[in-house]
Amino acid sequence: MVSRTTDDYEKLALAGCEALCEPAFWAGFDRSSTDGFFDYFRQLTEYEPKRAAKFGIKHFSWLCINPKEADDPGFAREVMSLIPQFLDRPTVLGIGEIGLNKNTRNELAIFEEHVQLALDRDLPILIHTPHLEDKLKGTRLILESLASFSKLDRGKVIIDHVEEHTIAQVLDSGYWAGMTLYPESKCTPNRAIDMLEIYGTERLWMNSACDWGHSDPLSVPRCALEMKRRQHTAEQIERVIYQNPLEFLSQSPKFSL
Amino acid sequence: MPSKQELLDLQFIDARHMLINLAAFLDRIDRHPGPDDYRFTALKNAIPILLEQGPDRAKAILESFSDQHPNIDTSAPFQGASGAARPEN
Repeated sequence: MVSRTTDDYEKLALAGCEALCEPAFWAGFDRSSTDGFFDYFRQLTEYEPKRAAKFGIKHFSWLCINPKEADDPGFAREVMSLIPQFLDRPTVLGIGEIGLNKNTRNELAIFEEHVQLALDRDLPILIHTPHLEDKLKGTRLILESLASFSKLDRGKVIIDHVEEHTIAQVLDSGYWAGMTLYPESKCTPNRAIDMLEIYGTERLWMNSACDWGHSDPLSVPRCALEMKRRQHTAEQIERVIYQNPLEFLSQSPKFSL
Repeated sequence: MPSKQELLDLQFIDARHMLINLAAFLDRIDRHPGPDDYRFTALKNAIPILLEQGPDRAKAILESFSDQHPNIDTSAPFQGASGAARPEN
């Protein structure tokens, strides 16, 4: 929620949000030094939990260098060397959001080094798939790469931002899938509900995009309202917006409500 | 699960609104000067998919906008995405 105002936390609290998890992501600009990341990791692990707590919301985070800034392997590895000292902090759940942006070999190398870091520490992984025209190819590359990690527990990996052309590959491979909701440009609540109706609710969750573009922290409760309008039962809604995230996130011993 | 009638009652006006917006966008681009653009071509190429029969029109449209080039470059010359694969891809 580093891109969000304190008012957004209040709105989330009013909508019944109990906890949120925030992945390390792009700042809207490329950071010019590893010090910028050091400060960012402090913000994610020290300040944001305090800001959320003022509204009764538990704040958790995922750490990494995001794929958009991972195309320079030398710089990315310098940033990655900072991460271990933060991983034992009480609200850090795992490694994320790692993945690909423009589907380059450099990004892929850094992605795989992050996966190995998570494996070495038995941490859950949150994976970003590229947006728009790069998503299909990027999702395939990510799945191919993950398949080379024989010790990976696929139930501890969530592959995020799936859409109609990538969801089946992710679920069929045994991973969790995340549908990221946007007011425009990408997956909308109605399309997410379509996917729920087609693929069911097992290993599937929804999250609100809260980035620097046009996005809405209340996308999940808005989608819940739309599910109700489309005659989904209270139990079905509860399963996807509450029980599923609880089930996945509880694989981290640090997660509790 | 709602019936077709109930879904139409709920969403027809919104779908109609989106379709008219798309038509107006096509008109607007045609009306303004400038060279052809790969994004506009990709958009027009996707429109016939709307009229195909079958359950996967959204998937097919997303695939039509996707970069299908098999090559993997070492590095990227830019960070962003435009929504349609560039012709050189």
